[in-house]
Amino acid sequence: MSVKKKFKGLSDKAVGWLFIGPTVLLLLAINIYPLVYAIKMSFTNFYANKIGREPQFVGLKNYIKVLNKEAIWEKMQVTASFMFWTLLLQAIIGLGLALLLNRKFKGNELLTTLIVLPMMLSPAVVGVFWTYLYNPQVGLFNYVVNFFYDLGSFDMIGSSTLAPWAIVIVDTWMWTPFTMLICLAGLRSVPNYLYEAAEVDRASKWQQFIYITLPSVLPFLLLALLFRGIENFKMFDMVVELTSGGPGSATELASINLKREAFEKWKTGYSSAFAVILFVTIFGFGNVYVKVMNKIKER
Amino acid sequence: MKKIMILLFVSLFSFSVNSNAKSITLGWAAWDPANALQELTKEFTAETGIEVNFEFVPWPNFADRMLNELNNKGKTFDLLIGDSQWIGAGAVYGHYVKLNDFFDKEGISMSDFSPATVYAYSTWPKGSKNYYALPAMGDALAWAYRKDWFDRPELKSEFKKKHGYDLGVPANWNQLYDMCTFFQGREIDGQKRYGAAINTERGSEGITMGVTAAMYAWGMEYENPNKPYDMEGYFNSPQAVEAVEFYRKLYEDCAPPGHSDAYMVANLDAYKSGQVAFQMNWYAFWPGVSKEDSDGRVSGFFANPKQNVAAATLGGQGISVVKYSDKQDLALEYIKWFARPDVQQKWWDLGGYSCHNDVLNSPSFPTSTVYAQGFLDSMGIVKDFWQEPTFVELMLPMQEAIHDYVVNGKGTAKGALDKIIEEWVEVFEADGKL
Repeated sequence: MSVKKKFKGLSDKAVGWLFIGPTVLLLLAINIYPLVYAIKMSFTNFYANKIGREPQFVGLKNYIKVLNKEAIWEKMQVTASFMFWTLLLQAIIGLGLALLLNRKFKGNELLTTLIVLPMMLSPAVVGVFWTYLYNPQVGLFNYVVNFFYDLGSFDMIGSSTLAPWAIVIVDTWMWTPFTMLICLAGLRSVPNYLYEAAEVDRASKWQQFIYITLPSVLPFLLLALLFRGIENFKMFDMVVELTSGGPGSATELASINLKREAFEKWKTGYSSAFAVILFVTIFGFGNVYVKVMNKIKER
Repeated sequence: MKKIMILLFVSLFSFSVNSNAKSITLGWAAWDPANALQELTKEFTAETGIEVNFEFVPWPNFADRMLNELNNKGKTFDLLIGDSQWIGAGAVYGHYVKLNDFFDKEGISMSDFSPATVYAYSTWPKGSKNYYALPAMGDALAWAYRKDWFDRPELKSEFKKKHGYDLGVPANWNQLYDMCTFFQGREIDGQKRYGAAINTERGSEGITMGVTAAMYAWGMEYENPNKPYDMEGYFNSPQAVEAVEFYRKLYEDCAPPGHSDAYMVANLDAYKSGQVAFQMNWYAFWPGVSKEDSDGRVSGFFANPKQNVAAATLGGQGISVVKYSDKQDLALEYIKWFARPDVQQKWWDLGGYSCHNDVLNSPSFPTSTVYAQGFLDSMGIVKDFWQEPTFVELMLPMQEAIHDYVVNGKGTAKGALDKIIEEWVEVFEADGKL
């Protein structure tokens, strides 16, 4: 009653603004303002740790420097490779698990709960305990691998060939359940009559999968991969705990390098330019991806 | 109810007044000496009534946490025991209080402290008479070894037969390598053992502190002594290249499996668990290692071996008053107390490494512990990484390039050092030094 009284005389639009106002203000304060500030900083030679030194306008110098730096492209390549393999594996395994769990069998619920457990853990904790699992002397991972195929002593996080795979394996272990859950939601939304009609038309199980299951679940899978792609582009904590970006720079993702430039070297202007470039990259890819996804949905 | 509220308010108010007026906060790394300092400080509180709160940050986050605090002009800490390399930034950016007037007023003389520690922990510009810290904790990178294994007659004779000299404290890095490879993969008491746990950490400063122990011993200089910041031919001299190549050989042939991202704690763990014959680490840890010798383990300690010259990587810290503190007077009182010779002696007795001449020059000092002589030897030959205000910017490319070469096996030692110089030139140019 009192709320009604308060809002009496306010238009619907005004009430609407009243509701979304705090959120908009919060977004402006913690998202938009820092973004605009970072863009402004990216055109300066600002160092946040050099107290009293006024930042000077340097035009596009920081952007040119970032784009011409070979090391940056190496980090982007490491990031791209990490994203490609994690998304591919998570799509295949996640979809496979969803298909499995979509069937009714004894212990289905328990198995689902167990599979989902890794994604409930903190990435930093996951990074730390996988360093133990990967330990060449006492690690369970090495023991299991050697149990099936005797490779002898190998160091997953100390070898530049294996370390990139080490982070891919951990991320896949942790986040495949997420892809699985989204795919499972997709699978459960496919109406049964489609399969019944296919049965009548004597479609094989494979044909049912290709022509009914896959098209139905694809938009869900693409959505899951979009979320995972954005997350993995910014991946930081798990990899830092696991490899610190090493050996050398074999697993130094763009986000780890950005943190080092911004908050260890304190090259604020330069790292702002790098951050803007990363933002534009992910924003651009994200937009294209969403458009493609919508087209697939429309089919 | 009203009375209770008033009482509560009064007690809260008096607590906050009390805690603000008679307490200070000291920040340091979380490690054994910090616990010793906490113990020692109880006497300060008993004498002065000033409570000292401690915030100890684990080493991997120590620099990040403290430097962020200083850069943000934070008031969390009144006293900071900051790493030796921070002194440049502390002075130039005004984070630390200049202590000259205070020292003069209180009769604290820097000549009472070991010259190497005053130079390293207190002065900026280096070697000047501008003091921004009191030497608090002397330290250098050194080695511990399994003396009980070295004393076994069968191992001694086998080693002598193979190498033609006695198994014992290595006289140089070549001998260290011989001994490490001797133990690598050897079965002792039914367990497989390895040569040495050396610094290979990528994230903060680990591998740099380790590799420079070799580079200094080979005679590396950072720059032309007559032309500051001229590094070409000095930092990447043939000796420096040889040292880095040697360090990689040591890692490949002597480190235990999986020792690819290891620093202080990992080295201690490898040693304490009986995996390795040697560990590289800071003197700060030797009291703990010595005290924990058990199950037949007997530890010996020695200063960094020489190669072309005698040298060791400097560790340790000075204690500074934070400029942004509202309680500078109380913080200075702590420094005045800490500088007293009797307090310095207790500091050493509790496991801290005093830099005071009265302690170090005492006739009983060299024999006071098994590592005391090594500490004295080391403090006479220490060399430090750049102490420039931009030291983090200088450290990061070195960490990456050296780790890439030593652990990752990528490229050449010369290539790694050239790459570091390239990055350093950029840093010095941006800082207006070049």
